[in-house]
Amino acid sequence: MKRGLDFFASVTLVAFVLLGWEAAVSILQIPSLILPAPSEILVALYRGFARGVYLRHLGITLTETLLGFMFGSIVGFLIGVAVSLNKRLEFFLLPFMVMFQSVPKVALAPLVIIWFGLGLQSKVIMAAMISFFPIMVNTIAGLKSVDEERTNLLAGLTASKWQMLWMLQLPSALPFIFAGLEIGVTLSLLGAIVAEFLGGSAGLGMLLTAMNFSMDVAGVFSILLILSLMGWCLATIVTLARRFFVFWDPASRSPT
Amino acid sequence: MAGQHATASFFRRDRNEAPVSEFDRKSVLDVRNLNKTYQGSDGETIALDDVSFSVNEGEFVAIVGPSGCGKSTLLKILTGLLAKSSGELSLRGETIAKPRSDIGIVFQSPVLFPWRNVLGNILLPVDVLRRRREAYQARALDLIDLVGLKGFERKYPWQLSGGMQQRVAISRGLIHDPAMLLMDEPFGALDAMTREHMNIQLQRIWMDRKKTILFITHSIPEAVFLADRVFVMTPRPGRIQAVEEIHLERPRGLEVMNTPEFGKHVRRIRDYFSAVGGLD
Repeated sequence: MKRGLDFFASVTLVAFVLLGWEAAVSILQIPSLILPAPSEILVALYRGFARGVYLRHLGITLTETLLGFMFGSIVGFLIGVAVSLNKRLEFFLLPFMVMFQSVPKVALAPLVIIWFGLGLQSKVIMAAMISFFPIMVNTIAGLKSVDEERTNLLAGLTASKWQMLWMLQLPSALPFIFAGLEIGVTLSLLGAIVAEFLGGSAGLGMLLTAMNFSMDVAGVFSILLILSLMGWCLATIVTLARRFFVFWDPASRSPT
Repeated sequence: MAGQHATASFFRRDRNEAPVSEFDRKSVLDVRNLNKTYQGSDGETIALDDVSFSVNEGEFVAIVGPSGCGKSTLLKILTGLLAKSSGELSLRGETIAKPRSDIGIVFQSPVLFPWRNVLGNILLPVDVLRRRREAYQARALDLIDLVGLKGFERKYPWQLSGGMQQRVAISRGLIHDPAMLLMDEPFGALDAMTREHMNIQLQRIWMDRKKTILFITHSIPEAVFLADRVFVMTPRPGRIQAVEEIHLERPRGLEVMNTPEFGKHVRRIRDYFSAVGGLD
């Protein structure tokens, strides 16, 4: 009952903010070049979808993000596992990892564009690079988080190193890995957009820069709306996946 | 104190011969002159000092002692997780040097895997030993029935109470039919009433399965209630000071705790401890 009431209050609040925004723009006569009214943004949104432009570019950005996220996750996960299995590998790789992480990845975008061109490839690489690190770090932390008593139990049962990894370390690491994925998926979208800004022939990021140049501020806002919805959807899908796979973790159990 | 001299000589006799059982029953576990020293920054610490004993087939042995008396060190060495300093130990005639598949262990906390349900947790040793699950399914269900968890097969550990979780752990310790079951203060984390209930249950399980059990505890009444023989272990350095044989009739109910014989055993074990300087 209380949750239903909260939901209602939240929707009302959003509606009031939007109405206030609309009213402020028309009463204060703010030019739509500075701040478009919500109604203008909706019109721009409708027009974009009706012409099929938005859907095409959304598809491209989504593909870049998902491909980049996939590569970033797989590489991050595999390096994480390799590093925790081999102490010497960790010793040799760590300086490079720290160096790589201390560079703001966004600053690498121009180089990536030069190396991999204006097409899909450079966007995917950007999205992968930016999402890979949190996933790797969380995988390492997760594999180290193993409970000592459980390790003793398995060791006492003559478990091999691989059984230890498969039966204990990986499941124990799952909550950490999913936390990394949740951060990573949002970062992937960021990576793809930044790469599109700098040199893209398609995608929502390219569209956004183009609209900015042509002073179509309502259009810019409509793209921002799409991007935020996209980010939210991606993060929610990862959260739902976490609840499914890590159902046993107290933090993942649904609050029902 | 007048009686101290007599008690001390009693100990000496005990230390030399008594802990090694001379029954003609077949012994499962043999420990001879076991020593363990830890190298610390402030020199050597003797954790176990010349410990010798045997546990016979089907016997219930309890080791009782205060914390820091070397019980846990002894258990870790028996499971093969910790290396001894010197001495011999063998299970069914085979030397224990590394972890073995024929020992079942129950720890103080249940140590269940939250991503496995009750059945999955009980079958964990089967998975680790790469045996076929199907061959043990019936046995697992049988054990679940034995420990009174019928209907909970598909529940997850967090859906069970502490006592139920520990019963899952006991079933897991028995699933692969080990030569002996090592229990390290298995009910130490439970409240007093659940603990008594678990003691009764454990006795029933033991009588049903005729499994050899080595049970470590710091509760004297618990040791006397459960065991055929109680090894009294004293700290610094850890050694077995005495062996108390318990001949109370089985199955023992909680009312046995009020009998004079029970009180006599408890008192004598307590005296062993106070004779070596108390537990402070």
